[in-house]
Order: sequence, then structure tokens, then C-alpha cells
Amino acid sequence: MSRPSSDPVLEARDLRVSLGGTPVLDGVDLRIAPGEMVALLGANGSGKSTLLRALLGLLPLESGEVALLGSPARRRAGHSRLGYVPQDSSSGGSIPATAREAVAAGLLGPRTWTVRRSDRRVQEALEAVGLGDLAGRPVTRMSGGQRRRVMIARALVRRPELLVLDEPFAGIDLPTQELIAGLFRDLSASGTTILVVLHETGALAEHLSRAVVLDHGRIVHDGPVAALPAQSHGDDHDDHSGPAGHIDDCLGQEIHPA
Amino acid sequence: MISPLDLLTSDVLRYPLIIAVLIGLTAPVVGTFLVQKKLSLLGDGLGHVALTGVAVGWLVGAWLAASPADLLAIPGALVASMIGAIAIEYVREIGHTSRDVALAILFYGGIAGGVVIIKLAGGTSQSLMGYLFGSLSTVTGPDVVIAVVLAVVVLGIGLGLNGLLAAVTSDEEFARASGLPVRAVNVLIAMMAALTVTLSMRIVGALMVSALMIVPVAAAQTLVVGFARTMRTAMVIAVVCAVAGLVITASVDLPPGGVIVLLTIGVYVLGLVVKAVRPTPSRRPAAEPSRARA
Repeated sequence: MSRPSSDPVLEARDLRVSLGGTPVLDGVDLRIAPGEMVALLGANGSGKSTLLRALLGLLPLESGEVALLGSPARRRAGHSRLGYVPQDSSSGGSIPATAREAVAAGLLGPRTWTVRRSDRRVQEALEAVGLGDLAGRPVTRMSGGQRRRVMIARALVRRPELLVLDEPFAGIDLPTQELIAGLFRDLSASGTTILVVLHETGALAEHLSRAVVLDHGRIVHDGPVAALPAQSHGDDHDDHSGPAGHIDDCLGQEIHPA
Repeated sequence: MISPLDLLTSDVLRYPLIIAVLIGLTAPVVGTFLVQKKLSLLGDGLGHVALTGVAVGWLVGAWLAASPADLLAIPGALVASMIGAIAIEYVREIGHTSRDVALAILFYGGIAGGVVIIKLAGGTSQSLMGYLFGSLSTVTGPDVVIAVVLAVVVLGIGLGLNGLLAAVTSDEEFARASGLPVRAVNVLIAMMAALTVTLSMRIVGALMVSALMIVPVAAAQTLVVGFARTMRTAMVIAVVCAVAGLVITASVDLPPGGVIVLLTIGVYVLGLVVKAVRPTPSRRPAAEPSRARA
């Protein structure tokens, strides 16, 4: 059964997650509509990555519910229409895959168990992130930024309805960030829903539908990016030691509710 | 020196040659996934657990007055190694015990259970040695049939579902998020390892088949890059070493299993030397290519 276009792509209600007995998420409610591009912001340890993994059904919930693309996330029924870029971009196994092999894995799904590495979609995805010339290169012989781009290509190759990214700009230089941001803007314009964990809104600021700020496992802001303090946009880098500092500053100031 | 063609035309050596080629083809396929999962010693651990199964099979055979006494040894080994394979996946998944500790428990528990139970069955620990080291020179027609069935199953799954198995062993988190059957694939790989070790252990020995799973893959990693190329190269190395080992031991009185494993280690060392002296301009992170947009 197809999902009515007005239904949320992702909806979480009263999400609570504990890791090793320590509460990490404390009653999170989140609703993302089709076509939205939403940034999830917060200081280190605020629970951003845990929330992302809980939303995707990758972590056991203490309580609450998550509906992802029309069905409970734990059933993974909608995961074939999901593109995910995890935070860790290391190659994983002991045998380094080539960029082509790594991206081809993105074509696999719940009912697609075989894939041709020569599929033209693989090359197209690599070209979309500016790595078309390095398809045969092992990912271990790439820079950290190039590996992130391979992981983004792996998520894009399946042409997802929902794209979920955990800090996709980590280790990527500014020109490439702008390239990737443009790609996300185009995807969003064509109807792809995007949820992205960021340290600062940076290159994506002008394309975001809204920003959600997490602090100690709770949502403390869910609204327009413009309502965030200026530091979180990455506009003023002079007085801060790094991206995490921007969010720390942001959380230290009064946040205007949407 | 005898040639591979002489082996094929010899009634005594034809079966060992066929077996060696089949195991040379299948073991590295399973091994590639184990190396990728950082579980290189799983095959060896399962081989030791299978010894307990051999002893239990022997014990049950003695109770049932089976003839020969070891009639149920391989079925017992199969059951024990399958249980061991599932147990290690369970331990790995729940994460209460680290993988190397879980493997160590498999090793020690397997061999200790084997020597204790074989004694209860009226045998000695020497009775188990044949299963650890095998005997290529006593291969029979049914052994060849078993090896053919094993090769068809393992190559069918390992090559047919190569992309799926590689994706799950390379990045479990991404595989879960993609809706792939991660748990089933992990159990399938462990089962393939158990099946390969158990069905090959009486013929070539658990130690040799475990070594043929891992060492050719390690040797291939010194020569080529990429998952698929590593698997294909490992298969070639294993088959060439297996045939070369048989050719050597047909002329010189040496244990074929040990010679074959030593040859694969020789290729690994050679690969390390080649890697060290070969100019590798791409060893550093690649330079930025042009930023073409699709």
C-alpha cells in the first residue's frame, strides 16, 4: 500500500533510549514531512547519533514508537527506500573494498540480494560526489573526506526517498562541502526528504527547512534555522575554537522556540 | 618429478587431486568472508569443536554397536560445529564476551571435550589425530562425492550471493539500515565455515582446511586490492598450492596437508616481499580528481 503524500516520512513519539543503563534520549518527539531537509544539531554527547540510530531501528527502544516511511522502524519494511550515511566512514572489514564495490553495496536491499558492480548507477553516484575518476581505488587509500563522499555515494545510489546522514561534512573541505550541499539541495527540490546531523548548519544553512537542537537527550529547539543564534549558522568563526564550540555557544544562549 | 597430468592418470592420486582442487576452490571463498569479519580463527575453533562432535559420535556409535566404530563421527562433528557456529554468532551479537575470548573458549572446550569423551567411548586421543591432520592418501570415492557437494553448496552461496555477504561482513550497521538480513547472513557464513571444516576434516584434516581458508586470502591481500579480486586471487593461490603440494609429495615422502599449507605461507611471504619492493604511488591518499557532476 502506498503512503499518502501528506503522511510524515519519519515520526517518533516519546522516544526513550538508554545505553549501558545511562539514559541518552529522554522523551523525544519528532515529525518530518515529505520533502523537508531537517538538520539535527547539538553538542557532543547530546544524543544526536543515538537518536538517528534509534529512528532507523538500529537500537532497542526503552519506550516510544518510530514510524519510518509508513511502517514501524523495527520491522525495516521501509528500509529499501532509505539511504543512510553512518558517522564512521572507515572501511569496516579487513579487506579494503574499492570505491565501486563499496557504492555497489548501496544497491542491495531487503529483496535485492545480488548486484552488478558495473551497474551504471554506481558510476553516476560516484560522479555525483566528484569521485568518478577513483572508482577502482580502495577506500583505504583515500583521504578521510573522500571516504565520506564514497559513503554518501553509497547512500545516493539507491535513489532514496529518505536520506539520513550523520555528520556528512566531517573531514570534507569547504569547496567539496558546497558541492555536496548543492547535491542535497537538488535532491530536496526533487522531493527527497533529508535528515542530517550537523555540528553547524554551515554550507546547508540556506537550504534547510528547519533545525532541531538536541540537549541532554531532549529537543530544546525545533523550528526555522533563522531562529537559531547566529553562531550555529557558522557565520561567525572568529571567536570559537571549532564547530563544536558553535553549538555549545548556541545551547548556552536563549533559544527561540519556533 | 611427477606432473599434474600423471596425478590425473594415476588411480591412487586422482582422487586426492580432485579433492585438493575442490577444497582449494571452496575454502578461500568462506575464508574471505571470515577475514573480512575479523574472525580468521573461526574455522580453527570450529575444527576443535568438531573434535568433541567426533568423540560424541564415536561414543554414540559404541553404545549402538555401530560398525565401523567411527560411523557417526562425522555426523557428530557436523552437529557440534553447527552448534559452535551458532553459539559464536550469538556471543558476538550480544557482545557480553569479546570475539577472541569466545574463540579461545571454543578452542579449549572443543579439544578438552574431545579427549575426555573419546576416552569414555573406549578410544584414545590418538583416534582424534586423524581428524585434525587428515589423510589425503586414503581418499575414497564417497569422499570425492562429499567434496563435490560441499563445493557446489559453498561456491553457489559464496559466489552467487557475494555482494550480499560482502556488504554484511564489511559494514553491519549500514547493512542493517539497508534492511539486509544481517543475522541470517552471519549465521549462514558461520554455517558455511562449519560445513567446510567438518566435511573436509577426515580427508585433509581440520588444520589444513582452516589454514586454506585464511592463508591464501592473506597472501592475495599482499598482491591485489578490492574484495572480489582478493577472493578470486585467493582461490587461484589455494588451488595452485594444493596441486603443487600433491605433485611434491607424490615424489617426496612428506605429509601433503602440511606441504600445501607451507606453500601457501610461502606465497604470503613472497607477496610481502613483492609489496615491499614494488613502487606504490597510490599508497598515500589519492589526489583530488576533477569534480564532475552527474
